[in-house]
Amino acid sequence: MASLSPAELQALTLSLEVAGLSVFCSLPIALGLSWILTRRRFPGRRVLDAVVHLPLVLPPVAVGYLLLVLFGSQGPIGSVLAHTFGIRLVFTRAGAALATAVMSLPLMIRAMRISLESVDPGLEDAARTLGAKPLDRFLTITLPLMLPGILAGLVTAFAAGLGEFGAVITFVSNIPGETRTLPLALYTALQTPDGNAAAARLAVLSMGLGILGLLLSDYLSKSIARFLGR
Amino acid sequence: MLAINVQKALGAFRLNAGFSMRKPGVVALFGPSGCGKSTLIQILAGLASPDSGYVQLNGEFLFDAGKGLAVPAEARGIGCVFQESRLFPHFSVRGNLEYGAKRSSRRACIAFDDVVALLELSHLLNRRPNSLSGGEKQRVAIGRALLCQPRLLLLDEPLASLDHERRGEVLPYLETLRDRLAIPMVYVSHQFDEVLRLATEVVLMRDGAITAHGDLTQLSLGAELHAMIGADLVGAVVNGELLNTDPQTGLSRIRLGSGELAVQTTGIPSGRIVRVQLLARDIIVATQAPAHLSVRNSVEGIIRMISPEQPGSDLVTIDIGCGESVLARITSEATRELQLHLGMRVWALLKAVSVRGHSFAAPMPPERFTSV
Repeated sequence: MASLSPAELQALTLSLEVAGLSVFCSLPIALGLSWILTRRRFPGRRVLDAVVHLPLVLPPVAVGYLLLVLFGSQGPIGSVLAHTFGIRLVFTRAGAALATAVMSLPLMIRAMRISLESVDPGLEDAARTLGAKPLDRFLTITLPLMLPGILAGLVTAFAAGLGEFGAVITFVSNIPGETRTLPLALYTALQTPDGNAAAARLAVLSMGLGILGLLLSDYLSKSIARFLGR
Repeated sequence: MLAINVQKALGAFRLNAGFSMRKPGVVALFGPSGCGKSTLIQILAGLASPDSGYVQLNGEFLFDAGKGLAVPAEARGIGCVFQESRLFPHFSVRGNLEYGAKRSSRRACIAFDDVVALLELSHLLNRRPNSLSGGEKQRVAIGRALLCQPRLLLLDEPLASLDHERRGEVLPYLETLRDRLAIPMVYVSHQFDEVLRLATEVVLMRDGAITAHGDLTQLSLGAELHAMIGADLVGAVVNGELLNTDPQTGLSRIRLGSGELAVQTTGIPSGRIVRVQLLARDIIVATQAPAHLSVRNSVEGIIRMISPEQPGSDLVTIDIGCGESVLARITSEATRELQLHLGMRVWALLKAVSVRGHSFAAPMPPERFTSV
């Protein structure tokens, strides 16, 4: 197997960067949403739940299109971002990260909710009677006990983010060096004559990344289980 | 010291309960499951809010519906021990013990080393909660609650999740806490033997309401308690000073009323107050001073009450002097044949081997530990 071409290497680092940025930005949002959806009862909770899970059931291209409508330079959010903060999302890697984050948010929230539901609220009550205020309780009791779910959510979202295709290509197009991530590069290679070898290399690369991620998550979940005294 | 009067509706269930505690000791909240004991404890701790009423501790209102005041649980300074130990699995025993201590702003009256010594935790400090036995877990939970320097300690059926043997392991530690710390405790239980060993005052609860409040000696003669504990456990509870123990037989003599009683005890020094329950079914009534019997205990007294109990049996209350009474269950036939009547002089007979005395109170004031 030949070594990677500079363009393929670029796609790889771009993919890691986009998936990393997406996971980094969606982590606090997913934590907050999963806490609200699990521990709070308020009117509209079901609607919020449905909206958060929408990307799981919508075609990714439709999500990309919706992002284009909202965050495009003429869109209601996009124009504000461009004029007030000078931030442009369309055709940029930041935009690719946004599309990836929206697509992987439900995966992250699902994993976190499962682990939050397994944290006994009685432990939080015990911490209360021992004098711990809400943020203190969350940081010292709830968050550490949620770690397995947070980790699972991170790994799943990162792996899914590496492979996000439809939403990315619709929202930020396929620009080499800026938005052409691994799956987009793979797709491009398949569209070019004699791109078969490149496509194979990229496919194997994607597979290798996936396996590495799974092994890492297995190792981390074991050490976290030890930390949690299970 | 502690005064509470609260109302709360939970679906069809209504809690309407009030009691007060004037001196340090152990108030046992006793009643059948589902009578509202745990809800009352949650309200005291600040983990549940009543619909109306107030909670007052040492003159300070912790909850007052009229003023819209509700001090949050984390600021109440009330320690809690729950039925499930609720230890934090990701902390060591030491970490659990220190969790409350680090967050307490009150003056440290109870030192870490003293708690570790009192509850014998030193060999467990570096272990994780999941490697402890049920009894050890509850000892750590008790220590953790004590180290937050509580003004009041709530124990919500702390032994209910333990088997008989483990319960026997933890009970002596609770007796030590009662005798050596000056922290008032509210102890929730539906096991009468725990109440018998620990309570200095008893509050009886039924269907969300308090039906009686007083000391166990007096409540043990009344029908409210009898209805809760069942016929087999009916019997007068008496307190008496331990005079001496025969090292050979293990029988101790305790002062009871105007006479003495021989009971079994283990390791209780002379001079301590011992509490004994004399089960009504174990007591024999004689109308003459007994002779030529193997029975070790014979106490003279006067019949104060004869109340029909189950069909065919009567419960006889015998005043044995100095404000103490015993209960005897006899058949109605015996009542007739012996012509028992109010004011009659009788002898209550009891085998020494059928009673066990429990250390109830130290005659001396608490030594090393003082609090609030």
